[in-house]
Amino acid sequence: MAEQDNEQPLLIAEQLGKSYGRQLGCRDVSFKLYEGEVLAIVGESGSGKTTLLQLLSAQLKASAGHVRYRMRDGVTRDLASLGEAERRFLFRTDWGYVHQDPALGLRMAVSAGANVGERLMAVGWNHYGRIRDAATSWLDRVEIDTARIDDAPRTYSGGMRQRLQIARNLVTEPRLVFMDEPTGGLDVSVQARLLDLMRTLVAELRLAAVIVTHDLAVARLLSHRVMVMKGGEVIETGLTDQVLDDPREPYTQLLVSSILPV
Amino acid sequence: MYVAVKGGERAIENAHRLLAHERRGDQTVPELSLDQISGQLSLAVDRVMAEGSLYDRELAALAIKQARGDMIEAIFLARAFRATLPRFGMTEAVDTGTMQVQRRISSTFKDIPGGQVLGPTFDYTHRLLDPTLAGGMVPQRPATAPVPEAPMPRVTDILKSDGLIEPSPLEEQGKPVGDLTREPLSFPADRDLRLQNLARGDEGFLLALGYSTQRGYGRTHPFAGEIRFGEVEVEFFAEDAGFAVPLGAIAVTECQMVNQFKGSATEAPCFTRGYGLAFGQSERKTMAMALVDRALRARELGEDLVAPAQDEEFVMSHSDNVQSTGFVEHLKLPHYVDFQSELGLLRKLRAEFEQAAQNENRLREAAE
Amino acid sequence: MNAPAASYNFAYLDEQTKRMIRRAILKAIAIPGYQVPFASREMPMPYGWGTGGVQVTASILGPDDVLKVIDQGSDDTTNAISIRKFFEKTAGVRTTTATAEATVIQTRHRIPEEPLHDKQVLVYQVPIPEPLRFLEPRETETRRMHALSEYGLMHVKLYEDIARFGHIATSYAYPVKVNARYVMDPSPTPKFDNPKMDDCEALQLFGAGREKRIYAVPPHTKVTSLDFEDHPFSRYRHNAPCALCGANDSYLDEIVTDDRGGRMFVCSDTDYCEKRRADGHRGTEGAIGPGFETKTLEAKSSETKPPEAKHG
Repeated sequence: MAEQDNEQPLLIAEQLGKSYGRQLGCRDVSFKLYEGEVLAIVGESGSGKTTLLQLLSAQLKASAGHVRYRMRDGVTRDLASLGEAERRFLFRTDWGYVHQDPALGLRMAVSAGANVGERLMAVGWNHYGRIRDAATSWLDRVEIDTARIDDAPRTYSGGMRQRLQIARNLVTEPRLVFMDEPTGGLDVSVQARLLDLMRTLVAELRLAAVIVTHDLAVARLLSHRVMVMKGGEVIETGLTDQVLDDPREPYTQLLVSSILPV
Repeated sequence: MYVAVKGGERAIENAHRLLAHERRGDQTVPELSLDQISGQLSLAVDRVMAEGSLYDRELAALAIKQARGDMIEAIFLARAFRATLPRFGMTEAVDTGTMQVQRRISSTFKDIPGGQVLGPTFDYTHRLLDPTLAGGMVPQRPATAPVPEAPMPRVTDILKSDGLIEPSPLEEQGKPVGDLTREPLSFPADRDLRLQNLARGDEGFLLALGYSTQRGYGRTHPFAGEIRFGEVEVEFFAEDAGFAVPLGAIAVTECQMVNQFKGSATEAPCFTRGYGLAFGQSERKTMAMALVDRALRARELGEDLVAPAQDEEFVMSHSDNVQSTGFVEHLKLPHYVDFQSELGLLRKLRAEFEQAAQNENRLREAAE
Repeated sequence: MNAPAASYNFAYLDEQTKRMIRRAILKAIAIPGYQVPFASREMPMPYGWGTGGVQVTASILGPDDVLKVIDQGSDDTTNAISIRKFFEKTAGVRTTTATAEATVIQTRHRIPEEPLHDKQVLVYQVPIPEPLRFLEPRETETRRMHALSEYGLMHVKLYEDIARFGHIATSYAYPVKVNARYVMDPSPTPKFDNPKMDDCEALQLFGAGREKRIYAVPPHTKVTSLDFEDHPFSRYRHNAPCALCGANDSYLDEIVTDDRGGRMFVCSDTDYCEKRRADGHRGTEGAIGPGFETKTLEAKSSETKPPEAKHG
């Protein structure tokens, strides 16, 4: 890929909006995300951040605006124009999606090795030994004891499941990862370890990521830029440290100063 | 010396002869007549007609006799016969509003135009076995009254005219009604195919599913808006004549359930419907059908799918008792070739397991 | 009373139904391995007992055809007899037990040992046509997986087998890839039979009556069994010659001979076994019936001896 391509934005949202009848999901969201850049979307529940994430990952159809993505071949496509086959292929190869509840992003009754190996098999890997080796190395990378490779995630702790979900998503070396409250529901100490791991992986793999979180600490640790949402609208956006250290909007100041309920 | 098994053909013939003999039973006892079955076991005949999808009391009675009283076997006979019949086309939709009502009740209103007509029902009987029936008895003459002139509008039509219940989902102009017996079923299925599937569906299966919705597995807050039983005219549009020709009358039971109200951002809330229709006096069937019909509409009414009765694929794939009995009972067919393969695999895995255990023991011993 | 019609159309089904089924068959042939939905009719035998195979056979049968029907490889099992009699009665076609003589062979759970030729059609009875069914019960989802060629779930199952058992733990109805595109269930034939489907001279048709699907493998189509490079597909066959005819290359049935663990293994394909014995081959248990001399031959002997007497 040409050097200049990498300087083109990877993901572009243009006046994106979604409404459900009379109820507003989100409105007028615009931004550009570049390779290797991490954007955090913060807000309380009901702020519209999860709706936005689903719009960006083409799981919901927008009521207004567009989402564009630069494919691996360099062509930027409007997500609404993708066929179902293309969209599903994208989801399995160039994108990752980390759910808050890892059970949603894993096959709970199938071994960890199969969970990690599935995407490889879906793109044609046909050698059991090599698939297993790849799975082993990824388990190691996300700090899961490789002896547990044949155990089903049903037997894993919450933190381990989340790390397995991350491994499952990263095995095809995606360029963009969506995360929905990735540390939600985990113990504080487990969260800290997981965040550390995520920060390392994002940097090592030059991942672009959009992370939805109500937890400002997560935003501060992982993201370069942050977007604050309230009532379906973006009320403040900018470099993470700047926004969190020196919030301009009263609502942002409130968020920063208060301890939000989990 | 081993002799390969032969003679399957003779075994089958002998088995069928024995069956016919058992079916007749004690030959000093009078043989059952079709009239007896049709007249005195009429609800059994109604069920065979409903699930066999064939309205013919005599044929249904014959099927029950041939099946020795096994209802699903009788239904199978009716269906197989139906498949051989030539088709002339589709009748006009029957108008249950003009039904010659024998029984008509509503639980949603105390009194309704046309009144509550109990008709012949087990309801409110005391379930005490009656030995006088064993010897044969002459029943009392039933009470009679002149047929009321007053119209008997359907309760749901009354609610509809006040806008309190959703209108019957309109037929799209020009869209033909599907036919389950002519097209392969595919999902998601429209309501016409769903209702056909339920009409033919096993009463026990639908009863259990309907019951489950009442117990919380996909609750729909049902009220029996109306249940009516009686005869309706069947009309067929004859091309040559240019008008609909009456073919005769059939007895049907119709159940309209009034369910959980629903509104949306753009529409005022109103009650929703569940519908059941079957040949003969088949109340349990139509009530269960209406409950399941409403549960299956969860998707189009925007409700969460949380229960088996709401799972279209699950309900429609398993409601047909001719199919289900066929597949369950097919396990009686020889499967020894596949069993042989499984045995081979299992023996291999067990041998490897033993080997691994032995190797481990040997290692442990060597280490000591 | 309306007496049921005493006479039936040739091979029971009416012509319109046969046309509908043949259209489905043509579509299936055009898309090898793809499951074509069809409006299965109620037949006089129960769903699950071969109605799909019977409907396919009924639709392709002509008065000059010669029909063979087998179940578990044998012409004499009860359901094979029942189906053969059905066609004798409703089509009046010639029937045979000799594989080589048949033009249409309807089968349940086995492919004949004798290689088929280009004038033959093999009709398989299929209970569950969907190879992914036990991994994903929803029809809407499996349809999408086939359309998008998303077979990762199938490979996950194979991977799990190896992780848990050290082998792929499927011994029959072993999934195959047809024409390098669709994953197909070959019907519950033992995996021993899978290679026979590849590059077969005959047309292979598959009928699932209850599930209402027809699929096909046209002659000379590539059919490969799913596996991993380092865990390649392997056939299972009990490692012994047939006790009756000595064959070393046929699938064997295990016969329990006494209650002390006595076992005997004989060819599942009864026609193949009888033909070999008629040609003089013998296994350790010798021959059956009067008129044969009991001889013990080397299992691999290809010496062709004229039979001492004809068997009836």
